[in-house]
Amino acid sequence: MNIFDIMGPIMVGPSSSHTAGAARIGYIARRLLGCQPARAEILLHGSFAATGQGHGTDRALVAGLLGMAPDDPRLPASFELAHKAGMVFSISNTVLRGAHPNTVLLRLSDGAGQTVEVNASSLGGGRIRVNAIDGMEATFTGDYPTLIIRNEDRPGQVAEVASLLSWRGVNIATMQLYRDKRGGLAVMVIESDQPIQQNMIEVLRTSPGMVRVTYLNPERGN
Amino acid sequence: MAFHSVEALCTAAGAVPLWEAVLLDDCQDRGVARDASFSRMAALWEAMKQSVRDYDPDKRSACGLTGGTGAQVEQAAVGLMSPFVTAVMSTALKVGECNACMGRIVAAPTAGASGVLPAVLLPMQKARGFSDEEAVRALFVAAGFGQVIATRASIAGAEGGCQAEIGSASAMGAAALVSLMGGTPEQMSFACASALQNLMGLVCDPVAGLVELPCVRRNVIGSLNALAAAELALAGVRNVIPCDEVIDAMRAVGDSLPSSLRETGGGGLAATPTGRHIAEMLSGHTQN
Ligand code: SF4
Repeated sequence: MNIFDIMGPIMVGPSSSHTAGAARIGYIARRLLGCQPARAEILLHGSFAATGQGHGTDRALVAGLLGMAPDDPRLPASFELAHKAGMVFSISNTVLRGAHPNTVLLRLSDGAGQTVEVNASSLGGGRIRVNAIDGMEATFTGDYPTLIIRNEDRPGQVAEVASLLSWRGVNIATMQLYRDKRGGLAVMVIESDQPIQQNMIEVLRTSPGMVRVTYLNPERGN
Repeated sequence: MAFHSVEALCTAAGAVPLWEAVLLDDCQDRGVARDASFSRMAALWEAMKQSVRDYDPDKRSACGLTGGTGAQVEQAAVGLMSPFVTAVMSTALKVGECNACMGRIVAAPTAGASGVLPAVLLPMQKARGFSDEEAVRALFVAAGFGQVIATRASIAGAEGGCQAEIGSASAMGAAALVSLMGGTPEQMSFACASALQNLMGLVCDPVAGLVELPCVRRNVIGSLNALAAAELALAGVRNVIPCDEVIDAMRAVGDSLPSSLRETGGGGLAATPTGRHIAEMLSGHTQN
């Protein structure tokens, strides 16, 4: 734990797990969709369902979906702001088997055919963990520069990404691969030691077989 | 890297002041420059001050239980405490209420205990004219002691009870105060230990599971306890049990707390008839 895990984050209250973490989950889900959702279905599990309203979990998730950071003072007004922005959302409770007590399932769509389903948990202190994307297991915290690549599951894809990154001097800290048996889709989650240059992400995006490439950079707060 | 004992922290503080030892360790730990580390802490200090400035006495929390008492205590000026101590109390309440009412605060070490550090440092700055730089240095001291508590024990109510949140905040605040007043690293460790042992065993029992009751008011006792512990240490009173041992004991106590007293809202004040009644009313509210 570094000293800024103890001092901070700066956040809108009342709870680092139920408010700050929830805002961050909403934000990361928005990034995984790639744009502001037109529709969002929010399903709360466990303690998120039980005490979420009193903790503003609902408002924080919507704020994150609107692109707000956990310390954005507009966070409490997120419902009204979503309404103004034309974002339609629903919030209900659910039970997810074996899930962490502070877990949410988000189903987002951009209104033009793109969708994403994100299952994520708030771990305390504002830290979060994504558990699954589109029903495929994919675990990451966003604490490091992270690339989330959804691609067609075909030979050579992994080697191609890895060599591209190493060629540009990016040191891969961890790399995980997940496959959807049926759909022929795969998710690669790559955490690196250094931030990744924007132009390299563009190269990845235009490589054959890529479905969606998301880059989370914690240094820039996203 | 990262301090695992107060002993190591105090040893590192041999060549440089303790706050600087913490800063240098952070630079090494995260691979950042001195300026970057200092300015990140300075931003936290700025946000703490802002949270007090932003306080709105008319704001109420989502469930309506919390708000307004920071201003109430300030305005009543009862006179039992000195104006300085009253300012400490009202600052603790203001930040705690700001947090409960979805205002912007610094979770240091946690959102529930976010009132303690601003409460011990801000009125102190006002009363004695400390510079912002001196206050930021004191925050590095708080961070160093907090880091040891977090690694050896816990700063999460769900793990260690409220002793881990308000207790840790109080201990961090006590050490920070000693440093601000020019005390030695040993005195800081005495202050940290004595603040922590005074709140040992404090349970986490938020009514309806919300960070409001008793949380907001516990920030007051955490702050006053920090002042008392710092005053003792600065007066030269030694603490018998070494700080690291106190922290380890706090962990053991936390481990032996039943889960009903660790943020589940199932024991303590939460389990009182009134506490349950409030929880029921709120859950009825949620279903509407
Ligand atoms: S009672 Fe629990 S939730 Fe409230 S401040 Fe203490 S540890 Fe935090």
